[in-house]
Amino acid sequence: MPAPVETDSEISLVGVHKWYGVYHALDDINLEIGRKERIVICGPSGSGKSTLIRCINRLETHQEGRIIVGGVELTDDEKNIDVVRREVGMVFQHFNLFPHLTILENCILAPVWVRKMPKAKATEIAMHFLERVRIPEQAGKYPGQLSGGQQQRVAIARALCMNPKVMLFDEPTSALDPEMVKEVLDTMVSLAQEGMTMICVTHEMGFARQVADRVIFMDQGKLIEQASPKEFFDNPQNERSRLFLSQILH
Amino acid sequence: MLGKLILNYPEAARRMGLLLIAALIVTGLYALGISSAWIGKIFPAAVDWLKENKQFGRLVSAVIITFILAVNWALLQLLSRRQQIAAIWIELFALLMLFFYSFDLSISFIARKIGFMISQGVVTTLFISSISIAIATLIALAGAIAKLSKNGVVYGIATFYTSLFRGLPLLMQIYIIYLGLPQVGYVISAIPAGILALSLCYGAYMTEIFRAGIESIHRGQTEGATALGLGPNQTMFLVILPQAMRVIVPPTGNQFIAMLKDSSLVSVVGVWEIMYLARTQGQTEFRHIEMLITASMIYWVLSIGLEFIQSRIEAHFGRFNAR
Repeated sequence: MPAPVETDSEISLVGVHKWYGVYHALDDINLEIGRKERIVICGPSGSGKSTLIRCINRLETHQEGRIIVGGVELTDDEKNIDVVRREVGMVFQHFNLFPHLTILENCILAPVWVRKMPKAKATEIAMHFLERVRIPEQAGKYPGQLSGGQQQRVAIARALCMNPKVMLFDEPTSALDPEMVKEVLDTMVSLAQEGMTMICVTHEMGFARQVADRVIFMDQGKLIEQASPKEFFDNPQNERSRLFLSQILH
Repeated sequence: MLGKLILNYPEAARRMGLLLIAALIVTGLYALGISSAWIGKIFPAAVDWLKENKQFGRLVSAVIITFILAVNWALLQLLSRRQQIAAIWIELFALLMLFFYSFDLSISFIARKIGFMISQGVVTTLFISSISIAIATLIALAGAIAKLSKNGVVYGIATFYTSLFRGLPLLMQIYIIYLGLPQVGYVISAIPAGILALSLCYGAYMTEIFRAGIESIHRGQTEGATALGLGPNQTMFLVILPQAMRVIVPPTGNQFIAMLKDSSLVSVVGVWEIMYLARTQGQTEFRHIEMLITASMIYWVLSIGLEFIQSRIEAHFGRFNAR
């Protein structure tokens, strides 16, 4: 086991920088996220919000600063990365379900191969979560046979099967047809109400108002403003936040 | 002008078109110098007339054949698609047999030799091919992963290997391995040399197929697997390769069929496989063509077997695409 780092937060980022070539994708990000906290990150496209959450499970590598998740610091050490990835679930914009596996096989793959869980136990857990996202009857189908909303709910169930402490959502409703957005948001709301630590990159401001403890606004790789949803929507402090809100709220 | 004609009289235009095609076929057959002797065989009464009118006989022969083709085509249109396919296969196969029959082959000679062709030749060919296929697949997999590696040394080895073994003729590779390895103190017998050459050569071709297949899988699949905590090897073998197989299998089937036949090149170093036996068995009685045709048919049958296996594997890896 990697040595735990003393911190009260579930996730803490200290002075994090990332560059793609000369492009400064993340510029001095400092962020503490407490246990069971629900964070919504918003900002214009290219502002670094996806990059930020992808650094938290090391899909992207930060170049400066420290990222500590559940007391484990993300370094080049593969062991630490494995530990963090097991505890952090992620839901993608394009679902990234495995099309060659059935819904159930998608859900039990990681528990069986990463957690070394017996197949029967993994199946039991998977069915439990598929019931929670209200599609247990689709367990035997392939992802291609499901609607976008159903696929995204499967993706959420698949991540939950690993029993993560933190869930990352990277624009989970952006690729969905409008009538399917609600079913996914409902699933996310019920997850939030159960006390899951959640970091959501989303432009669903209704969702932010309803469940977020904190809204974070990013622009050009910088963390511009963070506030409670009420403060952020009703009285944004920063000029760029105001401009952004006026553009998306019409 | 012509367009107007076609629009106003579509039926007439269609018939004109068909006549034109028929005329083209007749001209083509005539120009190829088709024989009219077959008419004489069917209607002995016409023999003398054909002798006197050689050119006209050729023309008549071309017209009759075109007419038979047209009737055949029209009749085939009455069948369902599956029946059409079966009927065409039977017809073309009959024509092929007719072609071979025209060589005046000694069936009894073939019947005498075919047992040995199969027990020695087919067994050796299948032995060499199947081992080479297995090794080539492993090489291709390793090569593809190496070609996608960020490590420059690994990438360099893989690119040098594929470049070299795709760049040299297979025949040269067989000679170089069989005659060259003993020079550096490693004496290799003919069959292992053949297997080594085939594996290395086809491994190089298939490396490219495997690489393209792996690259065809969207990056999101790797990210999804990585985010779930799967390691790089688990991601490759549980998530990427099973999907890549759909892209990899059809061209790999092609390669296997090509390899089966290229195994005939191993005959140059004296391995008793189908090709070697075809050349040597016919020699004693000057019945070369019998043995060559027999060998060809054997290769064809083996290839059909591989095609069948390929279609089964394709169905297996494509099943998730069913709606």
